[in-house]
Amino acid sequence: MKMNRVAILSLAAIPLVLTACSAPASSDSAAGTTLSYGLWDANQLPAYEQCAADFQKKNPDITVNVEQLGWDDYWNKINTGFVSGANYDVFTSHLANFPEFMMNSQILPLDDYIKADGVDIGAYQDGLSDLWKGTDDKQYGLPKDFDTIALFYNEQFTDAAGLTAEQLGSLEWNPEDGGTYEAAIAHLTVDANGVRGDEPGFDKNKVATYGIWMENSGGADGQTQWSFLAHTTGWEETNGAWGDEYNFDDPKFQATIDWWYSLVEKGYMPSFEAQTGIGWSDQLTAGKAAMASNGSWMTGAVFGAANDSFTPAVAPTPTGPSGERASMFNGLADNIWAGTENPEEAWKWVSYLGSLDCQNVVGEAAVVFPALPAATETAVAAFEAKGIDVSAFTTQVEDGTTFLFPITDHRSDVNALVTPAMEAVMSGKAPASSLSAVNKQVNDLFK
Amino acid sequence: MTITADKEAPQRDTPRKRSVPKKVKKKANRDSQLKSAVLFLIPASIGFIVFFAWPALRGLYLSFTDYNLLRPPTFIGFDNYVAISTDPVFWNSLKVTLQYVVINVGVQTVAALLLAVLMQRFTRSMVVRGVIMLPYLIANVIVALVWFWLCDYNLGIINAGLDFFGIDKVGFFGNENIAMGTIAMVNVWRHLGYTALLLFAGLQAIPKDVYEAAEVDGAGEWRVFRSVTLPLLRPVLAFVLVVTVVGSFQIFDTIAVTTGGGPVDATRAINYYIYQRAFERLDFGYASALAVILMIILAAIALLQNKLLRANESDLER
Repeated sequence: MKMNRVAILSLAAIPLVLTACSAPASSDSAAGTTLSYGLWDANQLPAYEQCAADFQKKNPDITVNVEQLGWDDYWNKINTGFVSGANYDVFTSHLANFPEFMMNSQILPLDDYIKADGVDIGAYQDGLSDLWKGTDDKQYGLPKDFDTIALFYNEQFTDAAGLTAEQLGSLEWNPEDGGTYEAAIAHLTVDANGVRGDEPGFDKNKVATYGIWMENSGGADGQTQWSFLAHTTGWEETNGAWGDEYNFDDPKFQATIDWWYSLVEKGYMPSFEAQTGIGWSDQLTAGKAAMASNGSWMTGAVFGAANDSFTPAVAPTPTGPSGERASMFNGLADNIWAGTENPEEAWKWVSYLGSLDCQNVVGEAAVVFPALPAATETAVAAFEAKGIDVSAFTTQVEDGTTFLFPITDHRSDVNALVTPAMEAVMSGKAPASSLSAVNKQVNDLFK
Repeated sequence: MTITADKEAPQRDTPRKRSVPKKVKKKANRDSQLKSAVLFLIPASIGFIVFFAWPALRGLYLSFTDYNLLRPPTFIGFDNYVAISTDPVFWNSLKVTLQYVVINVGVQTVAALLLAVLMQRFTRSMVVRGVIMLPYLIANVIVALVWFWLCDYNLGIINAGLDFFGIDKVGFFGNENIAMGTIAMVNVWRHLGYTALLLFAGLQAIPKDVYEAAEVDGAGEWRVFRSVTLPLLRPVLAFVLVVTVVGSFQIFDTIAVTTGGGPVDATRAINYYIYQRAFERLDFGYASALAVILMIILAAIALLQNKLLRANESDLER
């Protein structure tokens, strides 16, 4: 009996030992070095495979394996890869996760390499490289692309409402009466009887087409929802990059959110209840909304959905009390895993990804805007060749009206606290002033 | 299943009647049986140890640490548990989980019982059984997404139907008061057939002569159900209840692909909260403590159910 029990235990231990020693993702072979590279956007996979092939031609001793995984699996793989010791040598990184990686020394600073190779970090679109600076003032990534916010709309609805592209391109907004921006949204809203939102007899409980769509509450950054409005009032989400103080208690911010929610009460925008379900781009395509604010990364998806009843177009976001437009400026970069066995080769690949050669290839694919201005031009031209005018996105960069993604420590905790509070406001359960209480909770995280 | 286990038990304890040589032979026999038993048990025990026992022990340890996955865990004693005791999101998650369990298990058990009795009384058709089973064969996530689309406020066919009849549209997943009920009903739809078949199998095991006797005594349909079917079905019903209650407490996938815990916290069930704490906020210590609490709650409920429902005895043997 006893013997048998020992046998069982020792047999059972075998898989534990086996799982403990899985092979690292990269290895040196006789032919040279193999690097693994990860990204999550399937639309960009062909461009990066092209970059890898071009890179290998120039560096025959380095092979790059490009792998693409869906968003959730991708981050699970990277997070667990840090622990298991088997991770991508180089991976596409996002600002939502970058602070945690940097604070825990899981990614390599690039300063020494940048210095040695003389890479001009100022060559990228203004401010993009700052996004990838750590609290230690070290550079952790070379910018690869950027995104801005604009208003996607259905031209058939704006034509029917008598709104021209020029008018849509020069809308003005303020948090008191919403300005011409609200007037346009009201006019574009149509109820089941064909009555417009600004006409007498409009039934706000039977809306057929909303003037503008709400894509959930926007959480702690409101990137595509409210940040482009709030920032025109002079509001800043935090006290600077790597700040330790959030400003959700600012009256300017709360006035913006109160105005935003007033659109729901007026019937111009779906309530939180009514927007839960099928995503905004499908609602826009299906004619349930005339306009929707969103990011440049959605351009391909929205224009790809054009059909007999949906003629997509883009307008820039409205100007605000500051007299200027505003758009969050977010960008991706490639990080090198601190545990890589081949940091030199990884840097070679990262610097190639940040070079004009690769960024032009990415630009030609017309999916995103590459971070180098010349490659941005390539992308704009490639979009134009497809018949898509993307100036609504690039105008924010040209006019210098962008502001950076609010990057701080505890970002996921902030998001977890603010999202339910924002949902309560947008469900009409609490006024925007209730956000002051959550702001205190948020700021306590930094104490 | 529990019925057969009860029948086996007395046989194992009766070697006293047998002669001595037989006993020796039996012992040798038992040893060789043990060897094959061990052989057959190995695959399951490996799975149990690797995927259940070891992670559970490690989870228990991590629940006493501050652990963000990227740095080694630091021992902090009961700090996580103290923090949880004053965490309003945790208490709310227990409330909404309970809400889900009550609606899900309540509706599902009653409906499945009805379905099982109907099947037993009126049909032996394999086609009917197959159709009833069908929703269970579709992946959870797909079921959730399909209902999410069907229930969409603006584009869903259900709201289009309501609108056609002049009834106000309903935010099935977007309304705080309705969302958890919707999710519970979606899973009732998926699991109903499976539960009904389990109960149906239990009904089949009830001897026909009991029903004949009841008929001779002049008992009506309802009386037969209440005095014969229900008491004799109790062990199976208890098994079904324990499994579905424990399963319901762990609701996750439907929430993950539809509401994501919202609106506000209306569908942030305990398992979803654990997931968010661990994988979104990288707070694995806190999440492990939550998981340990959930495990204790589930063990207590399962024990209580077993006691109350007397799951391991059958009225058939009295």
